[in-house]
Amino acid sequence: MIDDDLVFKALADPTRRFLLDLLFARDGRTLTELESELAMTRFGVMKHLRVLADADLVITRRQGREKLHFLNPVPIRQIHDRWIDKYTEHRTAALLDLKRELEGESP
Amino acid sequence: MSVTTSTTTQVYRVYIKATPQAIWDAITRPEWTDKYGYQGFVEFDLRPGGAFRHRASEQMRATGMPEVVVDGEVVEADPPHKLVQTWRPTWLDEPPTRLTYEIREGQDGVSSLTVTHELDGAPETASQTAGAIEGAGGGWAEVLSDLKTLLETGRSMHA
Repeated sequence: MIDDDLVFKALADPTRRFLLDLLFARDGRTLTELESELAMTRFGVMKHLRVLADADLVITRRQGREKLHFLNPVPIRQIHDRWIDKYTEHRTAALLDLKRELEGESP
Repeated sequence: MSVTTSTTTQVYRVYIKATPQAIWDAITRPEWTDKYGYQGFVEFDLRPGGAFRHRASEQMRATGMPEVVVDGEVVEADPPHKLVQTWRPTWLDEPPTRLTYEIREGQDGVSSLTVTHELDGAPETASQTAGAIEGAGGGWAEVLSDLKTLLETGRSMHA
């Protein structure tokens, strides 16, 4: 089971967000391809990919002799559904209340 | 060595506190598919070569969608663990794509559902399923997040 903590932790790093952006731009890349985009050792990139995989934000899949990395957006969507929707809904409701108050009270 | 791999495959995974059978039913039975994601009613003839149709919900029909929104053929059905099928949105002029559902039982009653969508030669279909088209829903990420909510809370986002 993936908990929100793992996802937030994985997202709380610019290199890992950059890796996700790379996969968003073009999915299904090898470690070698990802590594070529970063000024970092292969080992460093692997460590970041491991954190992303633990949060299920990256899924690997074998294709022939290669191991390809895919962006899995579902955990981010769940955070959106669980948190963002909740707060934006609240804000919308608050604005609607304000509108009612401002428009409703005619002298 | 620098090999540039080009792939048009999308991979999605979600963990759901439900049995593989419950997840399988939610994917293959119309009374379930109308409760999450894009809704509508699926029809599956669950054997190799069997027909697949996804019929539009009333709401979809109201926006001018055809009666059958997606069609295809079952390639492999191994309930409740694996379903392979072709998948073609009928309103797009693109070849059928290949869709694989894999359901694995994990610990503590949590199962994983992995959706692998091979979208070679079907860029518009791929944009749809990636949720990249404005006003056309969130694609697989939204569908699977919705499915999880439905199975875990019993609450439909489209009551």
